[in-house]
Amino acid sequence: MSMAGELVVEKIENGTVIDHIPAGMGMKVLSILKVAAGSKIALLMNVTSKRLGSKDILKISEKQLDEKEVNRIALVAPNATLNIIKNGSVVEKSVVCLPHELHGVARCPNPKCITNSERIETRFAQEEKNKFRCYYCEMLFDTNELSL
Amino acid sequence: MLRNRDIISIRDLEKSDIELLLKRAEEMEKALASGKRLNLLNDKIIATVFFEPSTRTKMSFQSAIKRLGGQNLNFSSIESSSMKKGETLADTLRMIDGYADMIIIRHALEGSARYAAEICAHPVINAGDGGNQHPTQTLLDLFAIKRMKGRIKGLNVFLVGDLKHARTMRSLLYGLAMFNANITLISPQGLEMSRKIVDEARERFGANITERTTMDLSDADVAYICRIQKERFADPYEAEMAQRNFRITMDTLNGVKDDLILLHPLPKVDEIDPEIDSTKHAKYFEQAKLGVPMRMALIAEVMGV
Repeated sequence: MSMAGELVVEKIENGTVIDHIPAGMGMKVLSILKVAAGSKIALLMNVTSKRLGSKDILKISEKQLDEKEVNRIALVAPNATLNIIKNGSVVEKSVVCLPHELHGVARCPNPKCITNSERIETRFAQEEKNKFRCYYCEMLFDTNELSL
Repeated sequence: MLRNRDIISIRDLEKSDIELLLKRAEEMEKALASGKRLNLLNDKIIATVFFEPSTRTKMSFQSAIKRLGGQNLNFSSIESSSMKKGETLADTLRMIDGYADMIIIRHALEGSARYAAEICAHPVINAGDGGNQHPTQTLLDLFAIKRMKGRIKGLNVFLVGDLKHARTMRSLLYGLAMFNANITLISPQGLEMSRKIVDEARERFGANITERTTMDLSDADVAYICRIQKERFADPYEAEMAQRNFRITMDTLNGVKDDLILLHPLPKVDEIDPEIDSTKHAKYFEQAKLGVPMRMALIAEVMGV
């Protein structure tokens, strides 16, 4: 609590700050993360950014992202920055990027693909920049077509 | 070596694999013609698991199994399988894998054969997975061309019709490019072969590919026809016009090479005038017959017999 009863966003002691999320995508990023009940979460939307003009920022205390979560973030918020916070300091900073193979990250957009009917972990392999081929139905998709 | 391999997509095969199959298919055809009884499979059991209707593919696989001295397991219809009761495809396949030495599958969902290969310990052959792959059709098409023309390399092969939607044409383009045929693509505007597939064939095999929108078969050695998929058109009138302009009639054959052969994956509907059936150019029924020796060759090679 700050002066004049105004709420401010506290620094987090341990956890993750996801910065440079394209404005408006913060809620989407939050929805794809597994966040424990009772976690402290701050979502700042449409914050002024030198690089992006405006951006969203997500802060989650006591949270470390797993590989699949990072890959999912890369799909909806390419170039987002991950800051790992320990004891109040940034100990690691990285920009998310899509790996060459995506396992269990996105759904296949082809409604006739077997992965949309059976319980199968999806697999996509990158063939060229921003294009991924489904291992099962062999269709090629733009990254922005892959749904979570 | 094809022993114990899954045959899911034409992309899984090297040129040397296909050459081996072409040679073996020729031997099988000779054995069939001589009436010699083959017992290569020695009562091994092969399941033909067709979740979709099929006449030619299913029966030619079953014929191939029997001609090789094997036993065939199958269900008569999806209605009589446990999937009707809600069993997953995975569970159905695990069960069949326990009963048979090889599984031949056709399923409407794309990627189903690749998935089946992951589940089954025994080799899996894809007999068509939706609009994706149908590798044995491509193998028999290449065999038909080789068998009827003596070679594939350097032939002028024309692919005619709805090249956008026909899975047969995509795989065949890939196979023809691998064997250095000169390929001409003729399709109505808007139904051209995917740019990506054409570019891939050029880049990977240095294929010589020409594209046209008018029907002119004058310099073709082989014309491979497929139907216009009318159901893909929003406007039935446009579909009718596209089919009319791409119909093979006696007029189309004016001025073609004397030894031009016409192939078609069948079933044909109205893309070829029935009058053509009795000409020396019509080879599609002979082509369908070659499905048996080619499938015999594939089964024998995969089973290692």
